[in-house]
Amino acid sequence: MDPLIAPDQIPYLPRGVRLAHDRVRGIRVLQAPERAMQLDAVGDAILSELDGRRSMAAIATRLAQRYNAPARQIAADLSDFLTGLVERRMVFVKDAP
Amino acid sequence: MKDHAQPRDLDGNPVSPGLPMAMLAEITHRCPLACPYCSNPVELTRAQAELPAEDWARVFREAADLGVLQVHVSGGEPGARRDLAQIVTSAREAGLYVNLITSGIGITRDRLQELDRAGVDHVQLSLQGIRPDMADRISGHPGSWDKKMGFAGWVTEIGFPLTINAVVHRQNMDRLPDMIDLAETLGARRIEVATVQFHGWADLNRAALMPTGDQAAAARRIVNEARIRLRGRMVIDYVPADHHAIYPKACMGGWGSTGLNVAPDGTVLPCHAAQSITWMKFENVKDRALSDIWHMSDSFNAFRGTAWMSEPCRSCDRKTVDFGGCRCQAMALAGDARATDPVCSKSPLRARVVARAEEDAASDTADLIYRRMKKGG
Repeated sequence: MDPLIAPDQIPYLPRGVRLAHDRVRGIRVLQAPERAMQLDAVGDAILSELDGRRSMAAIATRLAQRYNAPARQIAADLSDFLTGLVERRMVFVKDAP
Repeated sequence: MKDHAQPRDLDGNPVSPGLPMAMLAEITHRCPLACPYCSNPVELTRAQAELPAEDWARVFREAADLGVLQVHVSGGEPGARRDLAQIVTSAREAGLYVNLITSGIGITRDRLQELDRAGVDHVQLSLQGIRPDMADRISGHPGSWDKKMGFAGWVTEIGFPLTINAVVHRQNMDRLPDMIDLAETLGARRIEVATVQFHGWADLNRAALMPTGDQAAAARRIVNEARIRLRGRMVIDYVPADHHAIYPKACMGGWGSTGLNVAPDGTVLPCHAAQSITWMKFENVKDRALSDIWHMSDSFNAFRGTAWMSEPCRSCDRKTVDFGGCRCQAMALAGDARATDPVCSKSPLRARVVARAEEDAASDTADLIYRRMKKGG
C-alpha cells in the first residue's frame, strides 16, 4: 500500500484517540471516535512508542533493538501498520521540527 | 427439566451471548428539530418519564462492567437535558469513551466548553442538507443551518474530533459532493453518509424521501471516488440504500451481538427500532440489572445465533455474514420479524419491495410529515 508516512515524520495519537485496557476481555484496545480496535502485542508495542517526538525511523530502531529483529523488516511492517491507522484517521502525522 | 440459566432463542434453541462493545444512550426524545426520518419511535417519550442522571450513572457503570467500551450519548437532542454534562461526567468515570451525537442546536459555546471539561471524547454533528434552505426545511427548524455552522466552529476551536453525520434521501442526495466538501472544510475527520432507513417516521415519508435507483448508484460512485481522493485526510462511512442492494445489511452486526440501546425511560433495546416489533417485550434498567437483561432476557436472546432462521436464510452461506438482515425491516415489510429481510434478493418478497420502492421514488411529492411530540397527554 502507498505509505502515508515518511521515515523522518512523527506519528502521534490525536485528541480523541487513546490506548486503553479492556478489563472485561483482558485485552488492549485503541479507543477512537465511534471505534474500539483490539490490539495484539505488536500493535500495542508500536502505539506505546508514539510520544509525539520520535520519528517513525527512530521508533523502528527502538523496536528492532527491543525485539532483536531485522531493522528493515520492522521498518516495513511499521510503515504498513501506521499507514492503515492514518487512513482511518486514528494516527496523525507531523513533520519533525 | 428446563435449565433457567441457559439463554435460549425464541424457539428454545440454546444460544451463547457475547459481550457488547457499544451502547447507545438515548437520554431524551426532546429535540428542537423535526426531521421527517428521525430514528426515534413514532411514540415519543416525554420529559417526565426520562431516567434521572443518577440512574444513567448506574447504567454506565453496569455497562462498563458488562464489557461496553463506548457510549453514544444521543437523543432526541442530548443538549435538551440541562444535566448533560453531569451525565457525560458519569460515563467517563465509568471508564467509557464518550461520543456525543448532536444536532448542534441549543448547545452554546459555554456549554460546549463545559462538555469538554466533562470529558466528551468526540462530537458527531448531524447535517440535514447543504445551505439554509434545504437544512432548515428538512429539519423543520428555521435558522438551524446558521446555528450548526456556528457550533461546528466551536467544536474545531475547542479541538474535539468531529464527525459529520449526513442523512441522505431523494431530496438532498444530489448534493452529496457538496456535503463531503463541507465536512472537509469544517475539518471533520469522518463523515457518515447514511441513506434514510425506512422505519418509523421515515416510513411515513417514503413517497417524499425514497431515493431513485439512479441516485443510489450515483451516491455509491461519489463515495468511492471521494474515498480515494481523501485517503488519509477524511474517512467516509457509507450506509447505502438497502432497497437497492442485493443483500441486506448486517443490522447491528447481528441481533444482541455487539450493541445495545437504552431509551430515555430506561427500556433496553437490541436496536433503536426494535419496538416496532410490537409483540416483543422489552426490559427496563429500573427493574433488572443490565447484564441480566443482556444475557438472559427473551428480547435479546430471541434472534441470537442462526438456529431461529427459516429458509432461505437457513441454508444460505451468508447467514453468518448478514444474519438474515434487519429484524425490524422484516417486521415492517413482511409482517413477520422472523422472516428473511425482504430487501434480500433471495427473499420471495423482494420483487414487491423493489416495485414499491420504485413507485415511491417516482412520486412527485416533496411534502413532509415532521417528527413532533403529540400535543397534551
